[in-house]
Amino acid sequence: MFQILHDITIDWLGNRRWFIGVSLLLMLAGLGSAIFRQATGGQAFNLGVDFKGGTVVTAKFKQRPSDETIRAALDEKGVRDAVVQSVRDSPDTVLIKVPLEGEGQDGRARVREALNTFGSEAAPAVDLAADANASYKIVGTEAVGAIAGAQLRNKAIAVTLAALVGILVYIAFRFEWTYGAAAVIAVFHDVLVTLGFFSMFQWEISLTVIAALLTLVGFSVNDTIVVFDRIRENRKLHRRDSLYKITNDAINQTLSRTIITNGLVFLSVLALVLFGGDVLRAFSLALFIGVVFGTYSSVAIASPIMVWWEQRLEAANRRAALAMSQPVKGGVRTPAKASSRRAGAKL
Amino acid sequence: MKKKNLLQRTIIIALVTIIGLYLVIGPRRRPHLKDFTWSGIKATLASNIKLGLDLQGGSHLVMRVKTEEFLRRLTEENYVAAQNAAKDAGFEIKGGQADTNSGKHQVVLEPADASKANDIKQAVEKKVELGDTSVWSYSGSGGQMVWTMTGNAERTLADNATTQALNIIDSRINALGIAEPTLQTHGSQSSHQILLQMPGVQDPERVKEILKGESRLELVHVVGPPSPAPATTYQTEAEALASLGGTAPPNRKIFPYSERMELSAAKDPSQPKPKQWVVVETPAIIDGSELRNATAVPSQGGRADDFEINFSLKKSGADKFGQWTGAHINEYMGVVLNGEVKSIAYIKSQIYDQGQITGRFTQQSAEDLALTLRSGALPAPIEYLEERTVGPSLGADSIRAGVRASLVGLALVVLFMLVYYRGSGVNAVVALILNMILMLAGLIVFGATLTLPGIAGMILTIGMAVDSNVLVFERIREELRSGKTIASAVDQGFARAFITIIDTHVTTIISSLFLFVFGTGPIRGFAVTLVIGLLVNLFSAVYVSRTIFIWLLSRKERVESLSI
Repeated sequence: MFQILHDITIDWLGNRRWFIGVSLLLMLAGLGSAIFRQATGGQAFNLGVDFKGGTVVTAKFKQRPSDETIRAALDEKGVRDAVVQSVRDSPDTVLIKVPLEGEGQDGRARVREALNTFGSEAAPAVDLAADANASYKIVGTEAVGAIAGAQLRNKAIAVTLAALVGILVYIAFRFEWTYGAAAVIAVFHDVLVTLGFFSMFQWEISLTVIAALLTLVGFSVNDTIVVFDRIRENRKLHRRDSLYKITNDAINQTLSRTIITNGLVFLSVLALVLFGGDVLRAFSLALFIGVVFGTYSSVAIASPIMVWWEQRLEAANRRAALAMSQPVKGGVRTPAKASSRRAGAKL
Repeated sequence: MKKKNLLQRTIIIALVTIIGLYLVIGPRRRPHLKDFTWSGIKATLASNIKLGLDLQGGSHLVMRVKTEEFLRRLTEENYVAAQNAAKDAGFEIKGGQADTNSGKHQVVLEPADASKANDIKQAVEKKVELGDTSVWSYSGSGGQMVWTMTGNAERTLADNATTQALNIIDSRINALGIAEPTLQTHGSQSSHQILLQMPGVQDPERVKEILKGESRLELVHVVGPPSPAPATTYQTEAEALASLGGTAPPNRKIFPYSERMELSAAKDPSQPKPKQWVVVETPAIIDGSELRNATAVPSQGGRADDFEINFSLKKSGADKFGQWTGAHINEYMGVVLNGEVKSIAYIKSQIYDQGQITGRFTQQSAEDLALTLRSGALPAPIEYLEERTVGPSLGADSIRAGVRASLVGLALVVLFMLVYYRGSGVNAVVALILNMILMLAGLIVFGATLTLPGIAGMILTIGMAVDSNVLVFERIREELRSGKTIASAVDQGFARAFITIIDTHVTTIISSLFLFVFGTGPIRGFAVTLVIGLLVNLFSAVYVSRTIFIWLLSRKERVESLSI
């Protein structure tokens, strides 16, 4: 058997200040970008046609170019994130959905500009077939509302928060409250960092990106639990070790698994980013960032927070015990106390 | 490990695999030999797996809410209510009308004594929403009291009616189980249009009918002498009108009545009885907004395949209804649906919250009606303006690119597992393939529609499937390094990793259940595939993979090496 890693002893927790610092920096950068863009009259996030509506332009062609070429022509003229949808019962017609734009910008005019690269438009009163020189005609322009209105958006956020509470409660039941809280904080961190990237680079947020964010949540929690699980096991095997050492050992012991699994998922998502095409780009990028930070946060966010919290609780317990002037063993929490706090969390 | 145990495991796995495989590629009818050729499998696969709008396209329907009808009805209702309010307060009204022609909406009352106009105004506005000055502006002149709807209110009310219609259509689509539609307003705000895109449905005409079903339900008092005389019906509308002295007073209305077919009354049961007319009191006792539930049930006493609809009322409606029926025992009430009396019932005793719509319904029409009643009445009728079949919203080229990229990713995963874990890698790849087959089978069994968010769920599932195998293998290696025998290393590896796998899976399943139960649209699609995938994974990555190891170890008495 060949092995990527052997007997590693990296002091992960020793670098916690660096980790937390980098994460804070990234989150602040994202937040700063959102606030700055909002304040300077821009948009904090580039919400797509799903969220804020837009314009549907119906164009009829004599010789219909492929969806790809139409999208490329639109991109060329600065109409980004357009949805190009074919019409089955009228193959020479195409629906072009463009997101709502700022004031003074006319979606229709820009679509027309892009379509002019395929030839000239038929005059308004003339039928496309009757005009020998024309190659297309815009037969309809309609505003469309958002698919996901504010109500749906709020509901989606509420549901996701409820799901996170569910995660918190389950982890608390299987481990301890501090573990659950640390895992959920790590997930929040991942989502915020990813959203930060979306604000900074103004990638379009569509409903599919929301699905990618949910995937990220699942991925991040999965990764965190693997590490926590090992910590739980080691605490029972090595009762004398400090939580600090146990956590470092757990991360090191699961490191080869982390690298293999996450490396494979990383490669698959990278393939999606590279070869998945423009329409899927925002979706793939959200997954991509999610994989990177989901992995990072289990080691760099969830574990340090959990250790810090547990140590504080221990210190508080010790103080309380001292106040009652009972003899206390130094170092780790005594097994009796640990088990009393860990009722129902066997295995 | 015992041979018997291994045999039992093998049989279970073989059965599950065969059933799963058949669900995915087998036709839903009696299979022919040609269903199992390459093109046959491709065709069945396409019909078995439902794809969403983004991957497959579907119907594109533009409809318009007839808000002018909504405003007209609102004006008429206010007119009737104003008349009744004035009369209740003891004032005589000699005439008036609800004027909805020429683009305005006015309620006009002509008091018998013009000098009492102000008192009447006060009495009316106390009881009727005509007092809302943000909607109605009052002017009184020359013996006429006129409330005119303001232009602003007309717009707001019409917009609200459109939003309401949108919500009701949304709940009907959900009730019909059409997965992942998109619903949005269309055109300028004043055009009151709604654009619905939905992935291919079985019976588009039926869906269109259900969506535009108005389902205005009213329970009314049928005017006539008290029982035992039968309810008073008239052969023509004119006859009914004549019974009221030529013109209908504002608190009376004439409705057509198509009675339920009595089997003894006609040889041919499909022939409805000629239409009759009845006079009813207006306003209605209660309307459909007080409905709590409606269900289709086989009709009692009718033909075996006749259906009727049972409904129950909310608390507030039941109070009103109970009070009214208590005061009108031995009289008749009618169930009015979309302006037509469907059934007339004799009030034997006080009724609170239960009622029936009888009539000749087939099972489907009864169920459709019950569905629309449950989702609420549309504020106004709906007309279809445009109907198209559209292609996938992601674009065929993007889908191709996405599929290609996913295959590249999958190939990388398989390759790595085989190179890194060698013999055991085969084990993992088998589990992975089985996972994907069973996941598709699960989607088909639950009738889920596959969309891009669903595929995101699949990616996460596959990631976690790979993770389960890696966790187990890494653990076995660890145990081997610590000097355990192969058999005990495999045992320990599975036992230890199993705890982790259970925790990661249960956590994700719990959170997905939240998303599934309370989520909508893409969030739900994501959750469905994820839950199915993870449940399947517990089987494929733990049970199946374990079985393969048991089989490998059982071939020799003493196993010296394990390819991992």
